[in-house]
Amino acid sequence: MIELKNVSKWYGQFQVLTDCSTQVAKGDVVVICGPSGSGKSTLIKTVNGLEPFQKGEITVDGVAVGDPKTNLSKLRARIGMVFQNFELFPHLSIRENLTIGQTKVLGRSQDEANAKGLKYLERVGLLAQQDKFPGQLSGGQQQRVAIARALSMDPIAMLFDEPTSALDPEMINEVLDVMVGLAQEGMTMMVVTHEMGFAKRVANRIVFMDQGKIIEDCSKEDFFGTTRSDRARDFLAKIIH
Amino acid sequence: MLSNFDFEVISRSWVYLFQTGMVFTLKLTALSMLGGILLGTLLAMMRLSSIKAVSLFASGYVNLIRSVPLVLVIFWFYFLVPYIAAWVIGADEPVKVGAFSSALITFIMFEAAYYCEIMRSGIQSIPRGQVWAGQALGMNYFQTMSNIVLPQAFRNMIPVLLTQTIVLFQDVSLVYVLSIPDFVGAASKIAQRDGRLIEMYVFVAVVYFIMCFALSVLVKHLQKRVAIIR
Repeated sequence: MIELKNVSKWYGQFQVLTDCSTQVAKGDVVVICGPSGSGKSTLIKTVNGLEPFQKGEITVDGVAVGDPKTNLSKLRARIGMVFQNFELFPHLSIRENLTIGQTKVLGRSQDEANAKGLKYLERVGLLAQQDKFPGQLSGGQQQRVAIARALSMDPIAMLFDEPTSALDPEMINEVLDVMVGLAQEGMTMMVVTHEMGFAKRVANRIVFMDQGKIIEDCSKEDFFGTTRSDRARDFLAKIIH
Repeated sequence: MLSNFDFEVISRSWVYLFQTGMVFTLKLTALSMLGGILLGTLLAMMRLSSIKAVSLFASGYVNLIRSVPLVLVIFWFYFLVPYIAAWVIGADEPVKVGAFSSALITFIMFEAAYYCEIMRSGIQSIPRGQVWAGQALGMNYFQTMSNIVLPQAFRNMIPVLLTQTIVLFQDVSLVYVLSIPDFVGAASKIAQRDGRLIEMYVFVAVVYFIMCFALSVLVKHLQKRVAIIR
């Protein structure tokens, strides 16, 4: 479904991604982890073209992301993305947040969009908040709405960029539970996270990055069992309390 | 000293002052504000464009207009607009443009440079993540701008836009140099005809104060209503 081949990216002279290659098959849940500055957020943003890249290829469902002829907007509408800072639109109500993508991008009617948006809002347990504004919700609630917003577009895959990193500890579980539910339903997911508990529960594969390179790319069992590199072992030791 | 003052002159010329003068001032201010904000927002988007030619044109325009005193711009446009209009529509002779139209074009083009900088700072203050979120949903540049960025930028900048509009309201009085009867011009005409300069100019100052203050209060209420809950 998603394929990255030898992706490299520079910010001016500074190389942030070096020769990154990995694959995500349909239904896979791939967790990308690593220390700060390893390039994991940058990597996931290249998948839907939010960040350009200078070398390599990325294909999503057969569509080449780096090709200048590709209609990026059309591709992005098929991939859902959830951000670390939630990024709900503060000037719109929750319901409008859920429907704006559907009506403006997918061309659905307002009724259709409302029905779908509210269905996913109920799925994440926040139907009662539909007329509130993002500023009135807690972080955990905002992130769940953000997930519902992405799901309302009926995406073929979901990208998560550190979805729980900006949350208070007591709200992390409510968001992780939604994500676990999604994974168990067979959604194709790429998740940048530090939550190794989540990874242990639902990931198929773990990708470990350091300094712009992919150091480990193996199954969950292998990663938590016998990791090959010292760097990955150090990282795991530091973050598993 | 105050016994010499003839405040009768104000009540006698009330109709002329307000129906001719103030109406002109308000019309010119309102239309220039609308046109200026529209053009200014467009210029701000151009300035932030990644296409070099577009952004250079916009910043050149803004820097040029902001370097020149308004009174000079008013004179230039008064003489140039008929020729420019003729060039635009392909006429042989300079188009006869009325005083109001000339002043309107002048003020829109002048204020747009200032509104541009206000809107530009508003647009740049919207976090990048908001743009990414819009793009991640599949929105193109124009959809992201019109649905996500501009609504927020505009609401955030209302206090600053108001300040500029108050300045505009006062700047309109400069059409005096073209002998166009705005509120100050009308008052000045009465003052010179009746020889009552102090009374008229004090009255003008009081009216301006009341109106600017009222406008500030009005916009404070407006801001509370459209403020984005954060």
